[in-house]
Amino acid sequence: MTLTAVKPEPPEPKQKPAKEISGAEIVIQALIDQGVDTIFGYPGGAVLPIYDALFQQKKIRHILARHEQGALHAAEGYARSTGKVGAALVTSGPGATNAVTGLTDALMDSIPVVCITGQVPTFLIGTDAFQEADTTGITRACTKHNFLVKDINDLSNVMHEAFHVARSGRPGPVVIDIPKDIQFAQGPYYTPKNSKMSHRYTPQTEPDMELIELAVEMMAEAKRPVFYTGGGVINSGPAASKALRELVRLTGYPITSTLMGLGAFPASDQQWLGMVGMHGTFEANWSMHDCDVMINIGARFDDRVTGRTDKFSPESRKIHVDIDPSSINKNIHVDLGIVADSTKALEAMIKVWKKKGYKADHKALDKWWEQINHWRAVNCLAYKNDKKIIKPQYALQRLRHFLAQDKRQQFITTEVGQHQMWAAQFLPFDEPNRWMTSGGLGTMGYGLPAAIGVQIAHPKGLVIDVAGEASILMNIQEMSSAVQYRLPVKVFILNNQWMGMVRQWQQLLHGERYSESYTDSLPDFVKLAEAYGGIGLRAKTPDELDDVIKEMMHTPKVTLVDVCVDQTENCFPMIPSGKAHNEMILSPDAEKFDKTLV
Amino acid sequence: MAKNNTQRKDRNNKSVYGPGPKEEAIESHTLAILVNNEPGVLARVIGLFSGRGYNIESLTVAETDHAEHLSRITIVCKGTPHVIEQIKAQLGRLVPVLKVSDLTIESAFVSRELALVKVVCTGDKRIEALRIADIFRARAVDSTLESFVFELTGAAEKINAFIDLMRPLGLADVSRTGVAAISRGKEVIGN
Repeated sequence: MTLTAVKPEPPEPKQKPAKEISGAEIVIQALIDQGVDTIFGYPGGAVLPIYDALFQQKKIRHILARHEQGALHAAEGYARSTGKVGAALVTSGPGATNAVTGLTDALMDSIPVVCITGQVPTFLIGTDAFQEADTTGITRACTKHNFLVKDINDLSNVMHEAFHVARSGRPGPVVIDIPKDIQFAQGPYYTPKNSKMSHRYTPQTEPDMELIELAVEMMAEAKRPVFYTGGGVINSGPAASKALRELVRLTGYPITSTLMGLGAFPASDQQWLGMVGMHGTFEANWSMHDCDVMINIGARFDDRVTGRTDKFSPESRKIHVDIDPSSINKNIHVDLGIVADSTKALEAMIKVWKKKGYKADHKALDKWWEQINHWRAVNCLAYKNDKKIIKPQYALQRLRHFLAQDKRQQFITTEVGQHQMWAAQFLPFDEPNRWMTSGGLGTMGYGLPAAIGVQIAHPKGLVIDVAGEASILMNIQEMSSAVQYRLPVKVFILNNQWMGMVRQWQQLLHGERYSESYTDSLPDFVKLAEAYGGIGLRAKTPDELDDVIKEMMHTPKVTLVDVCVDQTENCFPMIPSGKAHNEMILSPDAEKFDKTLV
Repeated sequence: MAKNNTQRKDRNNKSVYGPGPKEEAIESHTLAILVNNEPGVLARVIGLFSGRGYNIESLTVAETDHAEHLSRITIVCKGTPHVIEQIKAQLGRLVPVLKVSDLTIESAFVSRELALVKVVCTGDKRIEALRIADIFRARAVDSTLESFVFELTGAAEKINAFIDLMRPLGLADVSRTGVAAISRGKEVIGN
């Protein structure tokens, strides 16, 4: 017997009736209500109604990129330097596919970005229409979440939910794909307060206090402790950096950080060991290897940090605080995993440390610091300077010198490669949200558009993109945006005419067979800058360097600085891929590089 | 001795990357996943498995609560305990996923699969097919003079055994649903 009870459709939970406006206007209103003041984008057929609505309002400023990838990186730079959600607007098809690299970059580095993509009208979806692409299908794997809006009544809810998802928990990119007919349709607008989420997305942020107490007890018992912090501290906001500084000073323990976490703890502090990882400092990597308690706050044991995982810090007990439960025990098995927002976890740790009156084991700690100072004495960042050729490290040291004399808020972005690692090693990072680099995805071409996003958010700041001559060519078209918006972004190109990191690996690991890593026919960067309407400067010898940097610091327009550096310089120290922290190589002498190890 | 061998192997290996993680025992787990029933949710789940290199043995999905727009996905997956933990954590990270329950470790559970099995045969083979179907408590849901369609539910092993027995008797076509599973007792997922 079957029993078919016809269950009446439950009434839709009521949302306050709202006045009807067009889909495009809903998008703009939702952006305003979400606190967006700037959106980076590029128009096209399938987003024209939204561009039309943008034209008719004054609250949101649109920044025209020259390529959708540039728009996304600019939104990332904006987000990282302000702590707000970055916003981008691109068209369907090629607009969306060009945005994919930027979205993936934001996913890997946990940057909150909302990207609105136009889509062909709903009745054309699936017909291989002009500029149609399966945007939600393509971006499913490179976004935190994505939406295709097929009903005008859902649009404002989806807009608000997208921002909620992008900024909550572990931040990330969210795509909203809006067909053109939905942008034209009339529908209700609900404010964030009145809007209804279609998901119960509420990631855990509060730490389990019992686990915090256990963690603090482990920390207090440590003889050779080390803090290992990451981008999670930056993402959690300035309060996390403040709490981290307090906890590190309270304990007196040494601290290192990943590439993404630079700036959370001041690099000028005595307790700072420098960056950890493949091109991290000798003292940071050896401390990680030899420690007995590792306190990981908001870092994810990336392979560029851990090196060979089965030899990673073999004798330590590990505490891992991460907002993403899947990061815990993913790459490295830890003894104590705590799912929490890093601000909350750090503040709870400070509270427990104080309440229980813990004291660090000073006798053990002094011995540990003695050992660390012994490692420091190796002076792993030393390089052989030259009177005739500019060493890239020297160029950055001079840049550092002039940065120290400048009173403005300073922001550094980078492209990807040797120059990025040298920048991480040689530039000062004393504040969070001042350092934007593509860490996880390693996107060449990130730095210039990111710098544009930063400069838009901080018109009075000093924004410098430390670049390589190969990377900068990947998004050089954004020079045009920088000129249009009168952004005095400085692009400090360490020009060695090689894809330096590729060349370094070929030299050290591939029998010096330099396959396709030399760039012939490079443009004249000075003329190139001038052709765009910017300023071009060049330094060929160490004598010219200071004057060029001095001039660069005060140029009123976007400036390309072509620093002609040593073509053969390699980035050290280095942990070869698949090696442990205590197998790092210091020598810039290729002959001494033990090839049998790899 | 064994250690020396591995070292030698490493040296011959030209890869600049180190050896992968050590082999661990492979386990099979049955996961019950409660999701928002929305377009693309299944693609997200499957994309996660393919994108991260996890293995799915069986997958069943259907809406279970129309009013709340909820679907339940039952996945049988294989992996080392470490991989299974990652699968659960990664599933839990998806925005439309409300709850991930590992039935294999959380509680005793019942799992069933339904199969429709078509056998084409005449004469003695028909009688034998019917006799075996009776033993397996399979029902004939369609019959012609040359064929039967049997409906059978049970654990996957039982269905495998039935199919093996039908093979010499004229097995022509099989349609299986994949595993549906639920915990024993009063516990429910999703709360």
